[in-house]
Amino acid sequence: MTESILEVRDLVKYYPVTRGILFKKTIGHVQAVDGVSFDLHKGETLGVVGESGCGKSTLAKVLMHLEHPTSGSVTFNGQDIYKLGASGLRRLRRNIQLVMQDPYTSLNPRMTVGDLIGEPFEIHSDVAPKGSRRQKVQELLEVVGLNPEHINRYPHQFSGGQRQRIGIARALALRPEIIVCDEPVSALDVSIQAQVMNLLETLQNEFGLSYIFIAHDLSVVRHLADRVAVMYLGKIVELGTEDEIYERPTHPYTQALLSAVPVPDPNSRKNKAIIRLTGDVPSPTNPPSGCRFRTRCWKAQEVCAREVPLLEVRSGSDHPSACHFAEKREIMVTREAGELTELPTRTL
Amino acid sequence: MSDPTSGSLVTTPPPEQPGVVGDTAPVGAGLPETKRDQPRGLLGDAWYDLRRKPLFWISAGLIALFVVMAAFPFFFTSGSPNDPVGTGLSRSLEGPSGDAWFGTDILGRDIFARTIYGARASIIVAVAATLGTVLLGASVGVLAGFRGGWVDALLSRIADVFFGIPFVLGAIVILFTFNPEGAGSNEWKIMGLVILALCLLSWPVAMRIMRSSILAAKNADYVVAARALGASNSRIIFKHLIPNCLAPVLVYATILIGAYIGAEATLSFLGVGLQSPVVSWGVMISDSQQYIRVAPYWLLFPSAFLVTAVLSFVMLGEAVREALDPKLR
Repeated sequence: MTESILEVRDLVKYYPVTRGILFKKTIGHVQAVDGVSFDLHKGETLGVVGESGCGKSTLAKVLMHLEHPTSGSVTFNGQDIYKLGASGLRRLRRNIQLVMQDPYTSLNPRMTVGDLIGEPFEIHSDVAPKGSRRQKVQELLEVVGLNPEHINRYPHQFSGGQRQRIGIARALALRPEIIVCDEPVSALDVSIQAQVMNLLETLQNEFGLSYIFIAHDLSVVRHLADRVAVMYLGKIVELGTEDEIYERPTHPYTQALLSAVPVPDPNSRKNKAIIRLTGDVPSPTNPPSGCRFRTRCWKAQEVCAREVPLLEVRSGSDHPSACHFAEKREIMVTREAGELTELPTRTL
Repeated sequence: MSDPTSGSLVTTPPPEQPGVVGDTAPVGAGLPETKRDQPRGLLGDAWYDLRRKPLFWISAGLIALFVVMAAFPFFFTSGSPNDPVGTGLSRSLEGPSGDAWFGTDILGRDIFARTIYGARASIIVAVAATLGTVLLGASVGVLAGFRGGWVDALLSRIADVFFGIPFVLGAIVILFTFNPEGAGSNEWKIMGLVILALCLLSWPVAMRIMRSSILAAKNADYVVAARALGASNSRIIFKHLIPNCLAPVLVYATILIGAYIGAEATLSFLGVGLQSPVVSWGVMISDSQQYIRVAPYWLLFPSAFLVTAVLSFVMLGEAVREALDPKLR
């Protein structure tokens, strides 16, 4: 791997929970993201998976500096992005961009496609001279596979997949180095998902982009990601390459997640062991002591309540895992689930 | 990636770079085709759409007619609004006839001339007060909704205070304070005071409408996306929030114009608004009420003008609102 362009260290985001109308009293914190650290290398895709409410989207917002973190640092090209001034932040926006989840709400319904994709050039007016903007917008439309003639259309005249392409073109306009994709395909149906993912992959090769790809669909992440981070209740519980996570998961939560991926082959389905987790995800305002997963873990022992397991490489595994009893376990389903959506892309 | 400026039939450069027209404009392409492919914004599209709507042209034409009537009433009638048609009261309460088209009122004055001259006060008061109300209310609403927190709390409470004042009572207080009886203020000063009173007492409704739309749109994904692109607050307000929040206020404004013509009449009727010799439709309607059975035309003609004017504004507002919403095109 090449050098890392984004270094995230101990990122914490708590939202205060307040009570009272006139005199607001903080009665607790939603610990949305609690001590997340990882590196993003140049040109790689880091997948972030986890169930709803585990802090994936908050992580995206904090990384984009749309929300200020409670503590921690994010270093982009050697600069802490939370210490940047207004002009530094504007420059940062050129390098880190966002593709949002819902293509139906993330485009202003009253702007034409030309205005939507041209907006980045208007905000950062020094990127492209006024006269060349229209041409740039049409180039971008072509890059994402839309008809450049549709520059005067409005978002409602496009389908969901096409709208998501518009969103991608907008994120791409300033030629960023990193694109944070916050569940970019989960609002689309499966065939369109594949198209959009293939587009993201092609763009990555063409422009040398790095992605932080947030999703709750394991097969989607497997298709795109080079490395995968599994999140549970605001913490990364396991971090490794695609193969390490999908073939040799060591954290019980990852194993449970993977065992839930449906198997398309009915013969091998019979041999599949499904790990059924009991109970619900604990409230992020009052997470369990020690290991956050211990309330639903079949391996939990007394030490899990006492000590917070660190995300580190443990004996018997080759990648960091935040479990006191990390060990390999055969989960046979994932290869097929991963392959399913991979079919159309291998020809690229 | 192919160069879109060459070869493609659709790319005609925007008008600000005339230098490239020669080598990219397709030879023989008709003017409408060239126009269609120019990049347009929301306003350009709205205007393009409006020009094709008969509703827009009818209402705009009528409004233009009323504006000319207000500015140059003497173009429309040679009669005088305040002098009787005959000698003294000799022609009191006559029906429509050749020299008094709409008949005469109790004092023998020509109702046609009075209706024409009445357009000025009615239109000026209604349009100016509506503009003032909407501008004041909407700006405060945008500020309150966008800033939130204590700014919102403060502005909302101030709005509540004005909201709590009964309209007629408040208007009487304002007009009596600044225009005591016998002060002999001129027509324009009283008109200004009526407009001020109307604005001051009804802006909270516009403010609340705007504030709630802004609150709903403020956290929309497209605003977050704009923020992620580095857009400034003013850009987010003017490019993203206001275009998406304007429709409800626009509808309210068109209704307000009719209501204000009536409100101006109410104030005149109570003796605090415009007084004779100034004529307005509202004044005429309230004068005619007691004679509705003997002289229905006295009520009918100014009312017909008022209804037409209000309808024109409502239709214009509707046409503009539809043109500004790309989904309705």
